[in-house]
Amino acid sequence: MAGVAVSTTINGDHVEYLCQPDETLLDVLRDRLGLTGAKEGCGTGDCGACSIILDNRLVCSCLVLGAEAEGRIVETVEGMAHGDQLHPLQQKFLEHAALQCGICTPGFLIAAKDLLAKNPDPTEEEIRFGLAGNLCRCTGYDKIVRAVQDAATVMKKGV
Amino acid sequence: MNFDPRFSGRKFSSVGTRPIRPDGVDKVTGRARYGADFNMAGQLVGRVLRSPHAHAKILKIDTSKAEKLAGVKAVITAADLPDLTDGDSAMYDVLDNCMARTKALYDGHAVAAVAAVDARTARQALKLIEVDYELLPHVTDVDEAMKHTAPLINDTLFTEGLEEKPVKPSNVTKRSQFGHGDVHQGFGHADFIVERSFKTEQTHQGYIEPHACVASVSSDGTADLWVCTQGHFVYRQHCAQLLGLEASKLRVTSSEIGGGFGGKTHVWAEPVALALSRKAGRPVKLVMTRDEVFRASGPTSATSIDVKIGARKDGTITAAEATLRYSSGPYAGTWAEIGAMTAFACYKLDNVKTVGFEVLVNRPKTAAYRAPSAPMAAFAVESAVDELAKEIGMDPVDFRIKNAAQEGTRSSYGPVYGPIGIGPTLEAAKTHPHMKAPLGKNQGRGMACGFWFNFGGQTCVDLNIGMDGSVSLAVGTVDVGGSRASLSLVAAEELGIDYAQLKAVVADTSSLGYNDMTDGSRGTFSSSMATISAARNAIKILRDRAAQTWDIPVDDVVWENGHAIAKGEKYGNLAALSLKEIAAASGKTGGPIAGHSELVADGAGVSFATHICDIEVDPETGAARVVRYTVIQDAGKAVHPTYVEGQYQGGAAQGIGWALNEEYIYGKDGRLQNAGFLDYRIPVCSDLPMIDTQILEIPNPNHPYGVRGVGETSIVPPLAAIANAVSNAAGVRMTHIPMSPPRILAAIEAERGG
Repeated sequence: MAGVAVSTTINGDHVEYLCQPDETLLDVLRDRLGLTGAKEGCGTGDCGACSIILDNRLVCSCLVLGAEAEGRIVETVEGMAHGDQLHPLQQKFLEHAALQCGICTPGFLIAAKDLLAKNPDPTEEEIRFGLAGNLCRCTGYDKIVRAVQDAATVMKKGV
Repeated sequence: MNFDPRFSGRKFSSVGTRPIRPDGVDKVTGRARYGADFNMAGQLVGRVLRSPHAHAKILKIDTSKAEKLAGVKAVITAADLPDLTDGDSAMYDVLDNCMARTKALYDGHAVAAVAAVDARTARQALKLIEVDYELLPHVTDVDEAMKHTAPLINDTLFTEGLEEKPVKPSNVTKRSQFGHGDVHQGFGHADFIVERSFKTEQTHQGYIEPHACVASVSSDGTADLWVCTQGHFVYRQHCAQLLGLEASKLRVTSSEIGGGFGGKTHVWAEPVALALSRKAGRPVKLVMTRDEVFRASGPTSATSIDVKIGARKDGTITAAEATLRYSSGPYAGTWAEIGAMTAFACYKLDNVKTVGFEVLVNRPKTAAYRAPSAPMAAFAVESAVDELAKEIGMDPVDFRIKNAAQEGTRSSYGPVYGPIGIGPTLEAAKTHPHMKAPLGKNQGRGMACGFWFNFGGQTCVDLNIGMDGSVSLAVGTVDVGGSRASLSLVAAEELGIDYAQLKAVVADTSSLGYNDMTDGSRGTFSSSMATISAARNAIKILRDRAAQTWDIPVDDVVWENGHAIAKGEKYGNLAALSLKEIAAASGKTGGPIAGHSELVADGAGVSFATHICDIEVDPETGAARVVRYTVIQDAGKAVHPTYVEGQYQGGAAQGIGWALNEEYIYGKDGRLQNAGFLDYRIPVCSDLPMIDTQILEIPNPNHPYGVRGVGETSIVPPLAAIANAVSNAAGVRMTHIPMSPPRILAAIEAERGG
């Protein structure tokens, strides 16, 4: 099968790659570009571990084809920190121990980033429903919700 | 070396604080490498062909077409994994589960595997493998499987543990019994007796990371395995035995692990990946799909349990009895035995008897799931205990306090308890604000207790001091939820240095002595014991180096707050030497400074918890929602309290899922119908409230810091606590887990109609 040439922007960098027409964007990120931050937990869009932001929209990258990224803007967990400065969400996830095994963490960070971009001052309920597309089996979500609340406070202050 | 593991009652400066974990930044930036995040040059993609049948003879497997497909580098069947188990029936079962030999025993059982240049070619190759099956009758229900008329799953197995040796094979592979006293007599003294039968459905650990490994076997007999596992040393032994490799020539590296909860304690795809690599002569990466994780890897037992408890009017339990039937998949297990041991472990009983039956079914091999077997037994027992309290007219907490086991109590499974936390967790529950909070409409409150043994086991640690005074700690227990942080705290405490001066890593099997798996809540308990021992050994050397520097007897040198100090007025002019200073001079005083420890961590203190929950039941739909949840558990000593809370919350959340939603659903054809996260629904963020925690610290006398394991007990009480809350909210006693909306609605309607 002939490859598809794709030109796209990932975490602010111009990227070009060849992929198969039936190859998911998740597989392209992980296997062709070495961006293994997004994880495959299910491959069916049910767990959110592969969450990325595509043109300002939160998506499961396992449900997007690599070819569909042509001309679009992709954000992954690898692009959240600025140099050695962690994003407030990353910092608060560490401080609140909002991760145990950490496999779901990149997806949660991306989903929370998207949530706070659209709703900078969410209630607990809005956070819970905003993150309901991401599965975590370790934490019971308590510390994740608290980390997002704390990050929202910090980000509002612009600290 | 003489290491004294007894509790010393010391004051702590590092232990009990809450620093950020050493592996944290890598995990929030996407840099941490899990099972599927590793690649080798020239690696192939491995895929497994699975039986679509619940029970079938494998007549013939024709792989010729698959082998001819361009890009396919190896195809294997059971013939490529010859039986090297030498009469070890447990290992033979592991082998058979990795690759079916003569029969497919469940929907999802591996029958062949391929390695190809890419995933698409591998998938195509699977379609070209032709398997001739002869379908056999199957059985997936635990009670059905016990009947004499049930299809036999393994005609070479006879029930063990019966007084008379059976003459016919059976799906019941073992009977076990525990207890003491005379229950018949005990029930004779009872004023009230509750007798009920319960069922629980099969659940999956539900780790978000599917099983994944990269295997590379070289032609010289050496091999490497990168894998997500809870125990890389055990994986090495098992893989080496099944593949005919020498253990020391197989290096296993544990990746970061994306959840295990017991499900990553046994080999599954790893021997297959190694066999593919050996045949293809190239590295092979094998990652399960979610469908495969559900169909073929570690679910828990489905159970059927009868409980009978009797008590006097004053609330004293006079006798307790339970019969527990646990499915073990198609291979012999000891799951009911564990359930029978834990069932009444919370209580002080004069007359108690439990009987367990291990039952074969055509479902995936049962694997450990967090305090394996205990939650189901607790569901049955704690439901009956609640009902009995009600009949007597006692508060359920007071009733439990009256009968709670204490130090010196002979447990229902045999041993006599040391200092334990069941009474204190109940007393804490009684006075907890949650107990007094008002309830809303259609809401009910429930509570329940739970027990877990905790394990210790073989453990090995290396503590190396660099010349710059930084300390690296190499441990062999896989870090499943923050143990590198807690073990660093312990080393910092013992050495008297700053947490930031340390870095803990999980060493591979070629770099450290043997370690048992991270299971039985043993990670922090056992590795902290070895870390303390290793640090003390290093301190001996540090003192010796200081003594050399000062040219005084080593017995005059003590170690305090990270410094060697010359003790006595005559040494008043000798300034203390810091660890850093001693390390800097080590090249001239005798070379590298390190402390090692190899031990069997005995005396893991048993663990108890009490949970309280409020549930709201919608009487129109039967849907149950958790409104409030509180976990109270004894930690012995919480080394890193935030991660202890995390264990309490995580176990409670898994228990909530088990209680309300999660179950394996099999069709009449014996096939699993919900092998995905859409239809096997684990709790999501919007399903749960905040989960409050209260950590009690009743020191374990067998650990220098008093530490007990904390990982598992939190999943034991939720099934019963929620069932008791639903019972109080809806006025119906639920006896079948999960309490999904249709089951609750049916119970409500039966009550109304009845």
